[in-house]
Amino acid sequence: MKAFAAVFLREVRLAMRHPADTLAAVMFFVLVCALFPFGVGPAPEALARIAPGALLAAALLAALLPLDRLFGAEAEDGSLEQLLLSGLPPAALVTSKALGHWVTTGLPLLAATPIAAAMLNLPVEAWGTALIALGLATAVLSLFGTAGAALTLGARRGGVLLPLLVLPLAIPAVIFGAAAIEAAAADLSARPYLLLLGALVAVAAPVAPLAAAFALRAD
Amino acid sequence: MLEGTDLACWRGERAVFAGLSFSVATGGALLLTGPNGAGKSSLLRLVAGLIRPVEGRLAWNGEDAMSDLPAHARRLRYLSHGDALKPSLTARENLDFYARLWGGEVTPALAALGLADLADLPVRVLSSGQKRRLALARLALAPAALWLLDEPTVGLDAASVERLGALLAAHRRGGGIVLAATHLPLPLPDAEELRL
Repeated sequence: MKAFAAVFLREVRLAMRHPADTLAAVMFFVLVCALFPFGVGPAPEALARIAPGALLAAALLAALLPLDRLFGAEAEDGSLEQLLLSGLPPAALVTSKALGHWVTTGLPLLAATPIAAAMLNLPVEAWGTALIALGLATAVLSLFGTAGAALTLGARRGGVLLPLLVLPLAIPAVIFGAAAIEAAAADLSARPYLLLLGALVAVAAPVAPLAAAFALRAD
Repeated sequence: MLEGTDLACWRGERAVFAGLSFSVATGGALLLTGPNGAGKSSLLRLVAGLIRPVEGRLAWNGEDAMSDLPAHARRLRYLSHGDALKPSLTARENLDFYARLWGGEVTPALAALGLADLADLPVRVLSSGQKRRLALARLALAPAALWLLDEPTVGLDAASVERLGALLAAHRRGGGIVLAATHLPLPLPDAEELRL
């Protein structure tokens, strides 16, 4: 547990030393959301109609940005070997890294969600649900993304391979997340969709780290 | 007591070494020498549990070391070619992570390698020799039974080699084992040599 916390704290400390990386993901998210009003036109109904899907897609794409360096930078300077020898089981190490990614990328995206939601004319009543849905969806992406980063480590053009591997796995998160926000915007209960999103996190939390651990060990 | 029996290691399609056996007693040291590409680093990685031997057995005090890798990892320190330092963190912060993992105090470990004055500088401004010393300071944090050192003295000045010598001597007096791959003379008196 101590080692798990140490790896997580190191991740957060490194992210705070490089605020530009986090800021880049947040800016990417806001800018992609800002493109929709230009493309779809400023008609409020049309925007509100696409807002849930646009929010989810933009957030997941933004969360992908820092992933290709998640293990790459560690492998280059020899830190990955030290982490593998930290005495933590590899799956726990990967879980710690995934949690670090979510806290340093997913949470900042949530902070920017009200801005993006306002630009997409999402009804204010749905903002709370949007925050929960995005929080859960980015957690799914952090978990599968960490597995993808481990699998593509050392691959040529790993940065291109990573989204191809991870985004298909994120499709259920987009479906349930967007459905939850839509339900909230239509004044219906978003609970079933959020529970399904939670179930996705519950499935990814053990499966993705085990896959990643296997990939790191097999190098 | 560390014993390797009939170890073989493959890199891609090529055998790096095969039929390799060695044994190091408590307090002993083994120097790995040989030309570039002979498999010195591979052997250290293998003993660390980072790569699996294709053949053979690695035993720690008579028990298979590979059967419980996390426990094996906890009793060893591995110094690789890379210094495993984060340029944006200070020397103290870099070491602090390992102190959290293994226990031990950061300040005396820095002092043991003569880095006390550089403790609060970001690692990106350190010279390559100073970075190497900081990587070596990990050894001074908390005791571990087995040290695996890959070219530990590359880039070190004479005074730092002497400091490393003191660390190595104290480690061996406490019953620790050292495996070191090197091309340079190391401060390891009466070490056995394994030519790869």
